[in-house]
Amino acid sequence: MSKNKITIAATGLNNTDNPGPGIPFIRGVRESKEFDVRIVGLAYENLEPGIYMHELINKTYQIPYPSSGSDVLIRRIEYINSLENIDVLVPNFDAELYTFMKSSDKLKEMGINTFLPTLEQFEERHKSVLPEFGKKYDIKVPGSRAIFSEREIPEIINEYKYPLLVKGKYYEAYVAYTSEQVSIFMNRIAAKWGLPIIIQEFVRGTEVNVVALGDGNGNTIGAVPMRKQYITDKGKAWAGITLDDSKLLDITNKIISNTKWRGGMELEMIKTEDGEYYLIEINPRLPAWVYLSVGAGQNLPEALVKLALGERVEPMTEYKKGTLFIRYSYDLICDISEFEKLTLNGEL
Amino acid sequence: MKINKKIAVSESGFVFDSSTGDSFSVNPIGIEIIEMIRDNKNEDEIKRELLDKYDVSVPVLEKSLSEFIGSLRNAKILED
Repeated sequence: MSKNKITIAATGLNNTDNPGPGIPFIRGVRESKEFDVRIVGLAYENLEPGIYMHELINKTYQIPYPSSGSDVLIRRIEYINSLENIDVLVPNFDAELYTFMKSSDKLKEMGINTFLPTLEQFEERHKSVLPEFGKKYDIKVPGSRAIFSEREIPEIINEYKYPLLVKGKYYEAYVAYTSEQVSIFMNRIAAKWGLPIIIQEFVRGTEVNVVALGDGNGNTIGAVPMRKQYITDKGKAWAGITLDDSKLLDITNKIISNTKWRGGMELEMIKTEDGEYYLIEINPRLPAWVYLSVGAGQNLPEALVKLALGERVEPMTEYKKGTLFIRYSYDLICDISEFEKLTLNGEL
Repeated sequence: MKINKKIAVSESGFVFDSSTGDSFSVNPIGIEIIEMIRDNKNEDEIKRELLDKYDVSVPVLEKSLSEFIGSLRNAKILED
């Protein structure tokens, strides 16, 4: 059977010690049995390693940060599309999703398909409103509050016991044992990601995660649970293993079914000693460890592309339990001319 | 005593709990004991079988067996 030729644009090429999901997503679609893909990388920084991984990415374009405004970003995408004829665009950063979701109609007019959560789905799963999400969908969540000022810290300390988790609205989380630490972490995160800061009750247990894909009609197209086996000082999984955990999959199916989730997602949960599960975060995109799902038998990146193209995708329920991923670092050697091209022309 | 259904034990003594991702290693006698528990043998029956097979005193066996079963419980390899 001949493969269908398509062009996919993807962000998240920062395959660093705090990796974006771009490269693992691209590895997944490159392994597709149905698509012959041309990959267009979209990069924010000129040292994102994926830019220089030519065996995975055919061409990379720099794009402006979402903070520059959606018009600027969309104009740039328009230019790239005039050269590349993009079939599917897959944003991989939380911070850019809003802009791409808002612009999905404009992108569609350009012939670019996306498969993203709706604005309502995106908003209601925010860390700052997780307690409301838990209540609405009958999912256990730890107590948490979004705060905008240090003056609110004493009130929270009366409400919850130490330790507390201090979290940014998009990224970063620290465990604080004193009010001074809450204050330090709050300022550190706010300087990077802005306000509010989320103060969350600390639930003791083992962190377990699920990568999943919802079809937007309440069906789970695929889901693979994982436990981190090795965690970096940034809290990122450097190794992990797929789990046989039907309860975790039941919770995933319940969330996808009740929210009619559209697109990729990562559920972060804590399993307590008593076997209770607490949802601590929903990331509205495929995570950086998504290639584990491919290795375990569920090519979720390929399925996401098919959904974006409006194709029917049969749900995948099987995966190999006990499949491990282990990350490694690797030095790419590049000629300065490549860096020069990207820096001066914004393309490589 | 019951071995957790999610536990897989390889011939080399690698014990893997697919529900938690935890893994352990046990020696050949450990594998034998796990197999005996799987065959629904109780602690007394396991003790008698090991005493018949190995040159070991009763106090040493009792202490070691009890410690081993305690470890299996702590690791949630044993369900009850």
